[in-house]
Amino acid sequence: MVIDWLPSILIVVLLLLGVIGMLRRASLWRAGQPEKVNIIAGLMAMPGRYLKDLHHVVERDKYMSKTHVATGGGFVLSMVLVLVVHVFKVEEQIVAWALLGALLLMLVGAFFVFKRRLNPPERLSKGPWMRLPKSLITFALTFIVLTLPAAGILPDGTGGVLLIAVLSVGIVIGLGELLFGMGWGGPMKHAFAGALHLAFHRRPERFGGGRSTGLKPANLDASVIGVAKPSDFKWNQLLGFDACVQCGKCQAMCPAFAAGQPLNPKKLIQDMVVGLAGGSDANYAGSPYPGKEVGQAKGSPNEIITAGLVSQETLWSCTTCRACVEECPMMIEHVDAIVDMRRFLTMEKGETPNKGSEVLENIIATDNPGGYAPGSRTNWAADQNLAVMKDKKEVDVLFWVSDGAFDMRSQRILRAFVKLMKAADVDVAILGDEERDSGDVARRLGDDATFQSLAKRNLATLGQYKFNKIVTTDPHAYHCLRNEYADFDKDGALAGVEVLHHTTFLNQLVQSGALKLDAFKGGKVTYHDPCYLGRYNGEYKAPRDLLRSLGIEIAEMERSGFRSRCCGGGGGAPITDIPGERRIADMRMEDASATGAELVAVGCQQCTAMLEGVVEPRPQVKDISEILVDQLIEEVH
Amino acid sequence: MPHKVISLISVGRHPQSGRSRRADQDSRAVELGLKLAGTDLDVVHAGNAEEPVLRQYAGMGLQKVTVLEQTETADAIPALSSYLKAEKADIVLTGVRSESGESSGMTPYLLAEQLGWPIVARVADIVEIKDGEAQVLLALPRGQRRQVTVKLPFIASIDNAAQAARQSAFGPGLRAKMDTQTGSTEEDNVRVNWSEAPAKARPKRLKVVKAKTAADRFKAATAKPQGGLGKVMKNESAQEKAQAIFDLLIEEKVIR
Ligand code: SF4
Ligand code: SF4
Repeated sequence: MVIDWLPSILIVVLLLLGVIGMLRRASLWRAGQPEKVNIIAGLMAMPGRYLKDLHHVVERDKYMSKTHVATGGGFVLSMVLVLVVHVFKVEEQIVAWALLGALLLMLVGAFFVFKRRLNPPERLSKGPWMRLPKSLITFALTFIVLTLPAAGILPDGTGGVLLIAVLSVGIVIGLGELLFGMGWGGPMKHAFAGALHLAFHRRPERFGGGRSTGLKPANLDASVIGVAKPSDFKWNQLLGFDACVQCGKCQAMCPAFAAGQPLNPKKLIQDMVVGLAGGSDANYAGSPYPGKEVGQAKGSPNEIITAGLVSQETLWSCTTCRACVEECPMMIEHVDAIVDMRRFLTMEKGETPNKGSEVLENIIATDNPGGYAPGSRTNWAADQNLAVMKDKKEVDVLFWVSDGAFDMRSQRILRAFVKLMKAADVDVAILGDEERDSGDVARRLGDDATFQSLAKRNLATLGQYKFNKIVTTDPHAYHCLRNEYADFDKDGALAGVEVLHHTTFLNQLVQSGALKLDAFKGGKVTYHDPCYLGRYNGEYKAPRDLLRSLGIEIAEMERSGFRSRCCGGGGGAPITDIPGERRIADMRMEDASATGAELVAVGCQQCTAMLEGVVEPRPQVKDISEILVDQLIEEVH
Repeated sequence: MPHKVISLISVGRHPQSGRSRRADQDSRAVELGLKLAGTDLDVVHAGNAEEPVLRQYAGMGLQKVTVLEQTETADAIPALSSYLKAEKADIVLTGVRSESGESSGMTPYLLAEQLGWPIVARVADIVEIKDGEAQVLLALPRGQRRQVTVKLPFIASIDNAAQAARQSAFGPGLRAKMDTQTGSTEEDNVRVNWSEAPAKARPKRLKVVKAKTAADRFKAATAKPQGGLGKVMKNESAQEKAQAIFDLLIEEKVIR
């Protein structure tokens, strides 16, 4: 009878429609700019990346990771076996039993998805995502019943035409979501796009426990610099946006979102999806950008993003803290996208908000953001008796002073660090007036031309001298020197040089016994991880080791380590100064106060400035080098 | 008929680093020019077309910069004045004085003299152009403005009180066309004989604050100077004028 064949026909038809949808989706990504990837190696590596790297992130939420393994694994297995049993009609009972097993696994997983969706946390998107667990359950149940005869549990032809009709509806609902929806932009799109995103990720170094945080250089010869339209992104960036599961983990971690600034990383990625597919955000069912209504954004691959899809303030609210990237289970690169779009605003439109334009102009004219005379860069060290590279030429440790040299508060950190180095008899010198701004702020503000110029000139200076290590107290300069200068280091000025943050270096000195320290006798101490030291460079340990070496038991904040919350000072955010409901620094200081600490230890002059800007009463703020220097046992020579 | 507006630009010098930059007043002249003429604004530089600073000006959104190509020691005035004449300019905007070179502030005056046009010095804004006349706001000390009406064509030197220049964008600056024409070959005789030295801040008269209360001090700091102390001497003899100056110097204890 024809009706007996209906399930098989439906399966094949929906599968084909799904594949057509996927091909169409892929063509949307191909509107992006070319970027070389290794297709074969990427595809081969994909299962491993899924099982290890992606699950490593999902694992942080045990409930979800187990649920996902059961549902996802169950579905993939069932889908293969459904084809074997119901399309190719393989009649081995054992196969049918295997299919039943896989479907049951999926059913259990789907049940837990259902449970989570009963009372979903705010960060999750609603809308079509709310029907997903029901579709999953429908799929599993339908095929369980459909498979019972093949497994020999029910006689063939049970239920007759009526049952087949009912099951056919189930197939349409279940496979409609899982196959058709996968290709045509339903919630299941994430599985298909996500798998390919893992295969063709723009930063393959991130897999297998690696880290890749340096921004990619902008092409300054392009006819339009930066990203103006969705089609200006690399094709695999577009693919990455499409992988978003709208889990909102990024939103939950975003300091700008929490401060009520008009940014929500999840919504931003969804707006990018709107841009690449064309249309409006009317169907978006998650939290909005704070203070902005949903439904007004429109875009298409060839329309300017900031002319209707995403507002400029949204892009300038980001502190580039990378909390979202660290948290995203789909390994989406929000910061890259945001800076790409800022590049267009700064280098093509000249629309860096607030103090941005002034700061950039200062950096261009004086190599420091404050516009101070370059010849006064070493004034802070007048009484420090520090050797200068111009005279020394060769040294063990080059101390990269950074722009803290112009700021009185930061100078206290610099002096403390110098004193520690002297106590440990380190062979050290500075560049003096030959040093320039690292380019960090310029780059985060979208002015890659100025960053590249600074990087090249700094490298040319560094190339004249010999040193084994570069040490800096500024995590932003540290990040640039360690992760971003290599793209411009044609002559190998930094080849073989160890780039260290001062906490790492001081920890080495303490461990080797070169620094003798007394026990710390103050009150409770907490430690704030600077984003550019922690998430950007993976250094969580050395600062803590140092504090412990003083006998301090660190009262950890709830958000610490890789989940540390930004102080609000990164990415040029204090310069562009987009208003919100609260200040990020205030929120961070509340985190610190909640531990009952009297002292917040930090490892960054920018964090120090931001946290000290919070009104008293609040815990004291000190750089680790300042804490150490107070406990230094000075030996009389 | 749209008016022909020309902004003249020079190579500036950053006060702290001494490095070349777009000059503050000149870039305000470009900003005002953009307000008056939009993309029709003609921006002109007499000097080297390879000068990177020109790109900083162009980054304000200029399609092209006209460069009257000439060497550094050549006089800019002849080239500029013949260009302005040939282009039938209605309004020419310059800075009050350049930040490098002679920095004499003479350029607008010499041009006005050669062209026989009026000059309005220290302009804060040009409000309206109508019927061959322009409503111009002059910048006076302490944020005061004076409105004057000037017949076209004229030359205006732009004060620091004018609208600050917009941000310079790298991309458009890089891509702008440098439209080169031959400038003058005439040596700048004055300049050749000058020697350059870093400018010293002009000595300021010490203010003797007699105020007793905060309110008085606030007034002293903000109120416009009260007239009445000065004296205009027009008809007196040179002897009398000199005596008056001499008396003042003694009174101010500059000489004793
Ligand atoms: S980098 Fe930080 S501030 Fe920017 S979107 Fe991500 S979480 Fe928010
Ligand atoms: S961008 Fe990543 S973390 Fe944010 S909602 Fe999408 S999948 Fe989740």
